[in-house]
Amino acid sequence: MAAETVLEAQGLTKRFGGVAAVNGMSLSVGKGEILGLIGPNGAGKTTMFDLLAGSVGVSAGTIRLMGRDITGEPAHKRLAGGMARTFQIPRPFPELTLLENMLIARQAQTGERLWANFTAPRRIAAEEAAAKEKALGLLDLVALRRLADEPARVLSGGQRKLLELARVMMADPKVILLDEPAAGVNPALLEVLIARIQEINASGVTFVLIEHNIDMVSRLCSRIVVMAQGALLFQGRPDEVAREPRVIEAYLGGSGA
Amino acid sequence: MIDLLGYGAFFTSTALIFGLIALGLNLQWGLTGLFNVGIAGFVAIGAYSSAILTTPDAADRVGGFGWPILAGWLAAACITALAAAFTGYATLRLKSDYLAITTFGVAVVVQLVALNAQGLTGGPFGVAFIPRPFASLQEHAVAFNFANLAVIASVVLATYLALERLSRSPWGRVLRALREDERAATALGKSAQSYRIQAFAVGGAVMGLAGAVQAHFIGFIAPDNYLPTLTFQVWAMLMVGGSGSNRGAILGAIVVWAIWVGSGSFTAAIVPSDLQARAASLQIVAIGVMLCLILLWRPQGFFGAGRKK
Repeated sequence: MAAETVLEAQGLTKRFGGVAAVNGMSLSVGKGEILGLIGPNGAGKTTMFDLLAGSVGVSAGTIRLMGRDITGEPAHKRLAGGMARTFQIPRPFPELTLLENMLIARQAQTGERLWANFTAPRRIAAEEAAAKEKALGLLDLVALRRLADEPARVLSGGQRKLLELARVMMADPKVILLDEPAAGVNPALLEVLIARIQEINASGVTFVLIEHNIDMVSRLCSRIVVMAQGALLFQGRPDEVAREPRVIEAYLGGSGA
Repeated sequence: MIDLLGYGAFFTSTALIFGLIALGLNLQWGLTGLFNVGIAGFVAIGAYSSAILTTPDAADRVGGFGWPILAGWLAAACITALAAAFTGYATLRLKSDYLAITTFGVAVVVQLVALNAQGLTGGPFGVAFIPRPFASLQEHAVAFNFANLAVIASVVLATYLALERLSRSPWGRVLRALREDERAATALGKSAQSYRIQAFAVGGAVMGLAGAVQAHFIGFIAPDNYLPTLTFQVWAMLMVGGSGSNRGAILGAIVVWAIWVGSGSFTAAIVPSDLQARAASLQIVAIGVMLCLILLWRPQGFFGAGRKK
């Protein structure tokens, strides 16, 4: 926790009608950390991600990304600001090729401006060539390069998870929010996934990880935040979390006295 | 023989104008997945804009600007782009069937304005004396028809090339991504709202341009030209040609227009004269049956991106 804070949420609350899915949740993530976010089903983990990523609006609380208040910023600006998220159920663009899926994620592309396609074709071609090279390199990293020209719908569930991770890397994010990256991934692919997360992390990228696979969480995370009923229940090292009676009770469905 | 040639040029010109409208729809639907059922409204806006700006003074409506034809066409494209962008902005939160019913409503409103705002549009009498390109050639029907065909074909070709460039560009890639998954595209830094409005505007500009070109080709427009049948025809053209393909949009327009005209002449030839008015509905039946057959035989249309099983 000595490192500088990259992502900080304070008192985040999200009410859907009368239900507070997230209720005054705070967390802070240090630079280069891999933070695990766990909790029983319905604890509000994914809603917490949606709030951080801006895809649902905040009812109360603030979010700071590298010191900058981004609470009210629209979702599409957060990736350029340095924060990427992946989805619990992967969302590739099924009819686009893997390569196109990757290229979409590049930020500040000249060719995404309508008129530039007629006024600056050379610059766009150069940018595209560079982006393509980067995309193929990243696809190689997750063992998907040979499928680069196939539509993404041919991918298996596990490959989709890998594509999601590789895709957000196109934007050179500082923080990546991973929502259950291990769910439905076979053990061999899971090893690839863990290795890639560790490599990317070693290059200075911070992770927040929602995960039910406790083995994976313990291997990757130095610190774990446990949520229950929309709020912080406990946080600490993996071994502390594993021993904590309140955590065990929350998972085993205790009434939460 | 000469007559037949002239008719061929006339037929192709009409079909190509439909192809132009279908190109606009292909950008909105084929590329972006925007369910626009208000095509007739945007075509009408383009047609009336250019007609009003280029015609000589008329007694009982605004006008007398007497602009050159090309300036009228450009203005028509710009005005329709603005109207379409506004429609896109107003319908940002609507998807699929809700968007369809709203755009349909826009087209009905436009048609009713054309019918009733007599001081602006000439009301039910329409706008006449719209200048026609190569009017000096009008004495020689064949030369006139071919000169017009050349102009229309050039407009269609230029639009086709521009749209091809756009659909293969990173800009077009974003539109396709939005079609597939708006939420994922937003998470990847694309503003769904901005691109939706752009797709509405560019597609609208093409439809408006087509309306203007058609108005000057015929020389006269009236509100009856812009009924929902037009929207239906253009949708049929894109479905037949293959949604997502610019070449398909043009080819589909030619095929569907041929069937439309052919079935019209056919019913006119075999149905007794007292039943002709009712037999006209058979044209729509013919298009419907053909659409069913083509969708059964080739669901993605002639040029649509085929889904591999």
